[in-house]
Amino acid sequence: MTDTLEPVGAAKDIDQVIVRFAGDSGDGMQLTGDRFTSASALFGNDLATLPDFPAEIRAPQGTLAGVSAFQVQISNHEITTPGDAPNVLVAMNPAALKSDVGRLEVGGTIIVNVDAFEERNLTKAGYIDNPLEDGSLAAFTVIEVQMTTLTKEVAKDLGVKPRDAERSKNFFALGLLSWMYSRPLDPTLEWIDAKFGGREAIVAANKAAFHAGHAYGETAELSEHHYQVRPATLEKGTYTSINGNTALSWGLVAAAHQASTPLFLGSYPITPASDILHELSKHKNFDVRTFQAEDEIAAVGAALGASYGGHIGITTTSGPGVALKGETIGLAISLELPLVVIDIQRGGPSTGLPTKTEASDLMMAMYGRHGEAPMPIVAAYNPSQCFFAAIEAVRIAVKYRTPVMLLSDGYLANGSAPWKIPDVSTLPEIPVHYATEPNQTNEDGEGVFWPYLRDENLVRPWAIPGTPDLMHRIGGLEKEDGTGNVSYSPENHELMTDIRQARIDKIADDIPLAELVGDADASICVLGWGSTWGAITGATRRLRSAGHKLAHIHLTHLNPFPPNLGELLGGFDTVICPELNLGQLSRLVRAEYLVDVKSITKMMGQPYTAGELESAFLDALNG
Amino acid sequence: MTDLSEITASDTTEVPLTTKADWSSDQAVRWCPGCGDYSILTAVQMMMPDLGVRRENTVFISGIGCAARFPYYMNTYGMHSIHGRSPAIASGLAIARPDLDVWVVGGDGDMLSIGGNHLIHALRRNVNIKILLFNNQIYGLTKGQYSPTSEPGKVTKSSPFGSLDQPFNPISVALGAEASFVARTHDMDRKHMQATFARAHAHDGAALVEVFQNCNVFNDGAFDAITKKANRDDMLIDLRHGEPIRFGAELERGVMLDDAGSAVLVDVADVGADKLLVHDEQQPDPSVAFALSRLASTPSEPTPLGVFRAVDRDEYTAASEAQVDAAKQQQGPGDLNALLHSLPTWEV
Ligand code: SF4
Repeated sequence: MTDTLEPVGAAKDIDQVIVRFAGDSGDGMQLTGDRFTSASALFGNDLATLPDFPAEIRAPQGTLAGVSAFQVQISNHEITTPGDAPNVLVAMNPAALKSDVGRLEVGGTIIVNVDAFEERNLTKAGYIDNPLEDGSLAAFTVIEVQMTTLTKEVAKDLGVKPRDAERSKNFFALGLLSWMYSRPLDPTLEWIDAKFGGREAIVAANKAAFHAGHAYGETAELSEHHYQVRPATLEKGTYTSINGNTALSWGLVAAAHQASTPLFLGSYPITPASDILHELSKHKNFDVRTFQAEDEIAAVGAALGASYGGHIGITTTSGPGVALKGETIGLAISLELPLVVIDIQRGGPSTGLPTKTEASDLMMAMYGRHGEAPMPIVAAYNPSQCFFAAIEAVRIAVKYRTPVMLLSDGYLANGSAPWKIPDVSTLPEIPVHYATEPNQTNEDGEGVFWPYLRDENLVRPWAIPGTPDLMHRIGGLEKEDGTGNVSYSPENHELMTDIRQARIDKIADDIPLAELVGDADASICVLGWGSTWGAITGATRRLRSAGHKLAHIHLTHLNPFPPNLGELLGGFDTVICPELNLGQLSRLVRAEYLVDVKSITKMMGQPYTAGELESAFLDALNG
Repeated sequence: MTDLSEITASDTTEVPLTTKADWSSDQAVRWCPGCGDYSILTAVQMMMPDLGVRRENTVFISGIGCAARFPYYMNTYGMHSIHGRSPAIASGLAIARPDLDVWVVGGDGDMLSIGGNHLIHALRRNVNIKILLFNNQIYGLTKGQYSPTSEPGKVTKSSPFGSLDQPFNPISVALGAEASFVARTHDMDRKHMQATFARAHAHDGAALVEVFQNCNVFNDGAFDAITKKANRDDMLIDLRHGEPIRFGAELERGVMLDDAGSAVLVDVADVGADKLLVHDEQQPDPSVAFALSRLASTPSEPTPLGVFRAVDRDEYTAASEAQVDAAKQQQGPGDLNALLHSLPTWEV
């Protein structure tokens, strides 16, 4: 595959670059970032992305509230975050410049669509003077490009209306950036064909704009901005670029496949979880049933009903939905049926920040039900690992007949990274056992079925309707251990409460031990969970390569904790725990192990950057 | 290891003959003595042997309330779940397992108050579940507060000066949700209950049966004016498909539609028998059935009983299965490895 516009001339080699595309919600910045990412992935770079968009589908045009941005770091070596300060900011309008210029590194490059810098837009963004003229951007290299004009110009004879032509300007920006960083063009051209196929004028306009942007770089004496980020040396294998919600969806499909059992998703649309519903609804040929319920409560209810019928019942939501599902989760705990509740966390409380990330539902996952109602918690830590976290959640739910909470967040859900596709033969089997025989004998010597007779793991049988001779009734009322008959006996309630707790505690014997990464002889250990993994890993790598000693433990199982966690943490003078909440894991760990965890918190709807954590850890190192 | 398909595979052997006793569980029934729930339970237990179904393929799901204890007394599969959510749980079960007969039992509070949303959505989707709504117009298990079907002005513990609420008419609600099967019966007439429940069972789709049920502790005699033997002739209007709607000891009264489309009570002698409304439960448009449901706003006026509506409409669980089957045919059975390679890939 060759293209006449294949980059020529000397491109300077750089190890990585962080690009941030910012524009109005209607400017197609998510798409532009996605395309830049895909081309880079196919080129072989390591990368990580951070889509950052408003909750409104179309916030007032040209305003700060309407700015939608997409940050991506591409590199020739392994990376774990979308980068700290962008090196390049593409600002499609004044609002985008104003909202994001503060993130840019000093000396960084700003590429602006100068056509958008007219009075009305400047006013809407709150500028009194035009920043392109008042010297306020002196610390940066500013490249002014008439993207709208040039796009309209190349599209004018292609049969698109001028308004539609203007909408292709994001492809102009993408073309320009593709030239600057020597991205291959074919993936984008092919994508345009596939996406807009049938609407030939639009295909032509987008391609023309893309080529024009590319040519602009080549011809407009931007040669000092011509770079090359070579492919990263990653482990051998076949890779794909995947975001957390897609990986999680595929993990659920894989888990059901490994269990040879149908999957049932009950879900109600909610940001940022809806994409899992969208994805799973495409895969009915895997024996997947998706049910878009009338509300969050019905969604989990239907999933529980399906589990009762022998399917793997799943419900996907975000924090507000978990709040609504609490009573049904309690029922699932009482019924001791498998169920996976997936919480793609977002900023709270209440509606909070629907499109921004936060990890503040850990306490709700742990304790957010009435009564003593323990349930296992599994947390994903990077986009592709959402795949394995989903399999693990299903494994625990099915094996231990319990609802399991799987925590992800908005950053993992939408962020993508290259993923070495696993060999499906290495995925764990998930054996499913339905009861088929009576398990007890009555006084008359006849076989009878006791629904709450337990095995060595304290797990009761999964006897599903349709099984002859095992008819039985279960319910939310307290039941007698063994027979499952309704029981109000004080001793029995205490016994059942203890069993429900012991059953979950015992799962600790069946999960991976906590692993220590870095220096076992360090005096400081960083304890993390969830999506902070990337930033913690980045920060500890930097500090360790600068000669500091640091250890990192990252938890994937938050209830129960891995059995060696207490002992591991006890070996350090200081344990610090960065979280996107006000210290929820810190409190759990303190309560469990009496370790004086130092909490670091951030509540800005944004993930940590490695730089932020680097300086926080450095403070701790300097005592 | 037993595969799910082994359990769902249809059993081709003859369905064993059963009696009421086979359908009764060993649990002591715990309703108040004299409660209308007993006669409904008996009617169901007596009807089941006639349906030609297997106990293991029958599931009763309930929410919370007096009525919701029902599953414990049936020797079938059963779940006593949480307040209001039984239609949602039953929907999930029915969609996952179209091979089962799924019944839902609940009271007026369970179904129309806390669970009203799930009820209407289950009905509009036409999921194959059979809902028995025991309407006693009071909250029993919480000891006597007014319910969403209590008459306006009702004095209860929570409404000492009279309830301010306009009640729901369950039949109107179900018809408004375009339920494909809507019927009403009452706890004093076992035969009528059995016939009505059997019709619901035979229906392909969601079925709602309202059962007037006496709560002799907190709302005793709520339906006496219409269901007492002496009052039945004059107060109960038996709906029969294809027949003019008439009632009264001599069938001297009837129902016709007025010019505005409302159902009105008439003396047959005044209007002539040919003016009477001929009941058509299969009419696709629910308007006439709705008009019939508005004849009585409280159980002190002549009240229609029987099947208001029974229409053919796509049933949800079958449609859901059809999508799964079509996907398997068109795309082949799921290939996990192919799925993992379905986005653009590259080699390192
Ligand atoms: S309170 Fe009323 S409805 Fe409940 S069991 Fe007693 S009589 Fe029946």
